[in-house]
Amino acid sequence: MKHRLSTSAPFYVVVAGLMLAPITITGQTPGAKAAPTKAAPGKAAAKKAMPGRTPWGDPDLQGVWNDATGTPLQRPNGLAGKDVLNDEEAAAFQEQTVFDLTRDRRDGGSAADVNRAYNEHWMDARRLKITSDHRTSLIVDPADGRIPSLVPLSPERQQVRAARAEANARFAAGLPKDHLDMSLPVRCIIRTDSPPYLPTIYNNDFHIFQSPGFVAIAPEMIHSARIIPLDGRPHLRNNLNQWLGDTRGRFDGNTLVVETTNFRSDDGVVFQGGNPATYKITERFTRVDADTLNYEFTIEDPATWTRPWTARIPWTKIDPGEQMYEYACHEDNFDIVHFLTGARVREKRGETAVPRPTGSAPAGER
Amino acid sequence: MRLVMTCVGTAVVLACLSMAAPPVVGQQASSPQFPPYRPARMADGHPDLNGLWQALVTANIDVQDHEARPGPHPEIVGAYGGEPPGQSIVEGGDIPYQTWALAKKKENFEKRATVDVSNDKTWHAVGDPELKCYMPGVPRATYMPFPFQIVQGSSPYILIAYQFTSATRTIRMNWKGDAPTDAWMGWSRGRWEGDSLVVDVTGQREETWLDRTGDFHSDAFHVVERYTPASPYHLLYEATIEDPKVYTRPWKMSFPLYRRMEKNVQLLEFKCVSFTEELLYGKFRQPNGDVK
Repeated sequence: MKHRLSTSAPFYVVVAGLMLAPITITGQTPGAKAAPTKAAPGKAAAKKAMPGRTPWGDPDLQGVWNDATGTPLQRPNGLAGKDVLNDEEAAAFQEQTVFDLTRDRRDGGSAADVNRAYNEHWMDARRLKITSDHRTSLIVDPADGRIPSLVPLSPERQQVRAARAEANARFAAGLPKDHLDMSLPVRCIIRTDSPPYLPTIYNNDFHIFQSPGFVAIAPEMIHSARIIPLDGRPHLRNNLNQWLGDTRGRFDGNTLVVETTNFRSDDGVVFQGGNPATYKITERFTRVDADTLNYEFTIEDPATWTRPWTARIPWTKIDPGEQMYEYACHEDNFDIVHFLTGARVREKRGETAVPRPTGSAPAGER
Repeated sequence: MRLVMTCVGTAVVLACLSMAAPPVVGQQASSPQFPPYRPARMADGHPDLNGLWQALVTANIDVQDHEARPGPHPEIVGAYGGEPPGQSIVEGGDIPYQTWALAKKKENFEKRATVDVSNDKTWHAVGDPELKCYMPGVPRATYMPFPFQIVQGSSPYILIAYQFTSATRTIRMNWKGDAPTDAWMGWSRGRWEGDSLVVDVTGQREETWLDRTGDFHSDAFHVVERYTPASPYHLLYEATIEDPKVYTRPWKMSFPLYRRMEKNVQLLEFKCVSFTEELLYGKFRQPNGDVK
């Protein structure tokens, strides 16, 4: 029943893999296609029959799915050159992942202990398992499993990024000037509802609904739904943009292919500071068996990254008895007031030193 | 059942003109303003409610009769904030409040534009939740001046996605269990009664209001909705509401929903959180800090 407790503090959402060490780019293979999915070892015999199609003929994706995994988005530096682990390596990697992610550990002193905040009770236990195909990163292209390097950014965009880094540093130091120093997840504006859908520490559920001509995906956080028309209509014009973008879909065989553009230019709306004018994300949802769906996304933004990049995340159907509950975030977002009143108290005490921004995003930053 | 409606707009005028239609029989829309209608059906034989729908009543201002009035702070927003008149959607005209509750409603109205989030314990004590961009609850979500989309397929779950603050709710068909926890949009259990989708809603957070006039409920709020196709372009919406802590008896509201017919119309996002943050959190800003 941990999903009942979903109105908890938004500060602690962590996008798995974004907290890893700085990006190093090696061995890029521009244009390389993603490797085909490897079957989960030893699971084939237990698999249930693939469900058929909806009465109106579309592949049936309906149900509640969970995308939690301990596999990081980007390959850790220590595993450079190693895209898939053998069973022994996978066991060790998983053990290390569990140790790194677990909240019920007491090393690091009291400050680290407090920063871990909730204990395991609040967390999605599924996040402690790596993907069954033993990949070392969710990114499958480029071959090094890392987000590609940035293209040279305009002075204006560098300025925006620097201002964001300073705001993040003020927030991390407990000294936010105002609510705008906080990220969109902390402000309950966008969490896992905007693509790409990446696993977090909790509330990793997605309810897929279908009707003739539409697919709707309702992510648990934050209670919004992307309603995807399948009728081939054109995208909205480029002067009408949204927080979750503008989404169009089609079925390609058994795969739902979803293309999203038209993201707003508000700071933080586009994933990792991409350029809303050139950013496009294409997602592919393919049901593999009764309980598994492969989610794959490709991000293209030539004004931000040197090449497109692709990640793949297996989604697991959750037990029908386990329901998805409403994630009301903004309605009881006491955190914002606590952060701000705390900052004002610190200022009165003379605590005003904010460390220089390190460039890495804090927890909850997109 | 008598249905009072606002006859504005071409489509509504047509509906009003048809009020003289003969009474219907059987499982069809039970309202006298619509002639008998047999709706299009899904593969399972139940009516197809898919589509983008919107109410045209002004009940979000006041579910009861209301005269035109200025909004809060007319010295700033002028006629932009003015609130149009409208007729009651409540059967019999008035909500049957207990005496204390009527006084509470008046107090709610007086403080409807007041916000105070300085204390967690009294966070929700004053102010219209709509002003603060909180999820509106049921039935208010249905008659806010924003469209919503029904996504009905072949699973036991129906999605209603509302434009206002991107609120959503899942209707669990033939679900037996009670609401496991309170939620802003409640816990919706659906069933078919003839051609009507009947939705039993419990477990709503007690903080939601029914309108900008301060109409309210308690944690004993129980809403039973009926969505009945009345033409290819109309659903009849009815809600029976009970709350023994606040009202003297159950009461009922009804109004039509209109299908949005614009070419390529789609549910756009109204994520209003960022539009209310200054109102909620501005006073906690660093003194002399730049207002961005």
